[in-house]
Amino acid sequence: MEVRGDLKYTEEHEWLQLEGDKVTLGITDFAQDKLGDVVFVELPEVGTILEAGEAIGNIESVKAVSEIFCPVAGEVIEVNKQLEEEPDLVNTSPYEDGWIVKIKVDRSDFADAELMNDEEYQNHCAAE
Amino acid sequence: MSVSKNGMVFNEPLLFELKSRGKAGMDLPETEIPLLDGTGLLAAQHLRGAVAIPSLSEPEVVRHFTRLSQWNYSVDGGFYPLGSCTMKYNPKLNEAAAAIEGFASAHPYAPYGCNQGLKRLLYELEQDLAEISGMDAVSLHPAAGSHGELLGMMLVVAYHKDRGDHKRTRVLIPDSAHGTNPSSASIVNLEAVTLPSGPNGLIDLATLDQMMDDTVAGIMITNPNTCGLFESQIKEVCDLVHARGGLVYFDGANMNALVGVARPGDMGADVLHFNTHKTFSTPHGGGGPGAGPIGVKSILAPYLPKPILVERRGQVQMDYNRPKSIGKVRSFYGNLGVLIRAWTYIKTLGASGLREMTQSAVTNANYLKARLKDHFDVPFVEQRSMHEVLLTDKKQQEAHVSTMDLAKGLIERGFHPPTVYFPLVVSGAMLIEPTETENKETLDQFADTLIELAGLDHETLAAYPKMTPVGRVDEVGAARKPILTYQG
Ligand SMILES: Cc1ncc(COP(=O)(O)O)c(C=O)c1O
Repeated sequence: MEVRGDLKYTEEHEWLQLEGDKVTLGITDFAQDKLGDVVFVELPEVGTILEAGEAIGNIESVKAVSEIFCPVAGEVIEVNKQLEEEPDLVNTSPYEDGWIVKIKVDRSDFADAELMNDEEYQNHCAAE
Repeated sequence: MSVSKNGMVFNEPLLFELKSRGKAGMDLPETEIPLLDGTGLLAAQHLRGAVAIPSLSEPEVVRHFTRLSQWNYSVDGGFYPLGSCTMKYNPKLNEAAAAIEGFASAHPYAPYGCNQGLKRLLYELEQDLAEISGMDAVSLHPAAGSHGELLGMMLVVAYHKDRGDHKRTRVLIPDSAHGTNPSSASIVNLEAVTLPSGPNGLIDLATLDQMMDDTVAGIMITNPNTCGLFESQIKEVCDLVHARGGLVYFDGANMNALVGVARPGDMGADVLHFNTHKTFSTPHGGGGPGAGPIGVKSILAPYLPKPILVERRGQVQMDYNRPKSIGKVRSFYGNLGVLIRAWTYIKTLGASGLREMTQSAVTNANYLKARLKDHFDVPFVEQRSMHEVLLTDKKQQEAHVSTMDLAKGLIERGFHPPTVYFPLVVSGAMLIEPTETENKETLDQFADTLIELAGLDHETLAAYPKMTPVGRVDEVGAARKPILTYQG
């Protein structure tokens, strides 16, 4: 299982990367492996205003449908349209081409959100 | 290629692919009603041209569907341990009862006072279901278990509204619940809130205590739950919910573990549904008619759909005078043919037979558990299983053998697989429900086969099934790029 040092993680297995006031969000390698082959990703509309902890969409795999949560408040500024045609990018490239949304956030909200670093996340997965 | 076959395994084309033009099999008489030309009556965009419906002769159509039906796996053909679905054998006596002329040709618009035999049967079925579940009244209207859930939640909403209690907008649902529970709640505009289970797989009273406040309309409980475990604190759970003004919805999908032994009404349920196709041996519809009767305590009875059946001066009548009724959820009085079969099953077994049915179902599941527990990971192994046993693929993971591989292997060996990857709270779940139908030889054959498959390697299993009319299908491809219409 791959965990990256430059990302932050949630208990529900999303990863987040902050650049300026922009956060890119996806699901982790651990999560894609648990889900199995992803067959459909339901994306939010660009412009959606999110509260912290709100569900932004669904991921459907051959085994189950799971919600995707965003731990920080903000506005959806871009969604990965590629996933509509190629949902398997979530499996093959969870940290790169399989990103899900980009959100504009307040940097202080991001600092306050309860997120894990790579080491903490690794321990979290080991305990599951 | 109207009859293309490969030995006795027919390679069946679609109806559309059969050469059909100009082969109409029916000769219809001239109509006496003058035919109108549609043009001018409707705007052009509402008129359709010729439709490419295949036109075939009767034997061609009969053979097509008969050949397809021979590909099916059914409970009449073999063991079908699909967990949470209670695929018990459906006695042929049920069919004979439903085919009785007076039942089969009864008309819902028959004159007032007619159909007394049929109404009496339905009235008795309501009373039997009330007695079995410990509820005060039963409605036979819903056409499926999930439809019963929806109706049940409509009654919960009606109850709170009638009392002027408008703040209850949420429903607590354990994380092991079947997906229809949150969807039924959502459809009546209640917010489905997940109640996390405790480490023993059961409802945790302390968590419930924290979450159960005056915004909660009620809780939806499945007992035994979908891990096949009995909620041993069910009474405390119901008491807590009631003390805070909520109602208890009881998902009766797993009644095959309770009938004749324990009653949801005595545990504290306010409303529950039955799945007649599970517990009471009616056909699993495959999209056809079904029945999901609900039982309620008297506090919810005023809101039941109308009409209800009442007995007056020795006659069973329909009572439409129900001012608080939520209205109708199904035309007429539900799917009668199915209800006749459920009545037949109940009357055939009788009270002691129903109790034995439950005992055998639970014994069979625990026998399989005893046979399999050294070979597979059994979550919550220290607790007694009820009518189904839950295994996972954890022990096989090192050899890269997954639940899906084992399911395909079972198909290759002639068994229907168990329910896989449900409940979602357990990773790699296999939920095995043998029902009371099976004898020890069948259970042993199944256990031996599953143990044998678990010893094979992933490559061997990945090639299965081979002996079926259609081999391993590309499930991922079908879900990613579904082709939903004929691409002729
Ligand atoms: C636990 C549980 N609840 C509800 C349902 C829904 O019942 P139905 O399929 O009759 O709509 C099912 C069906 O499989 C179930 O297993």
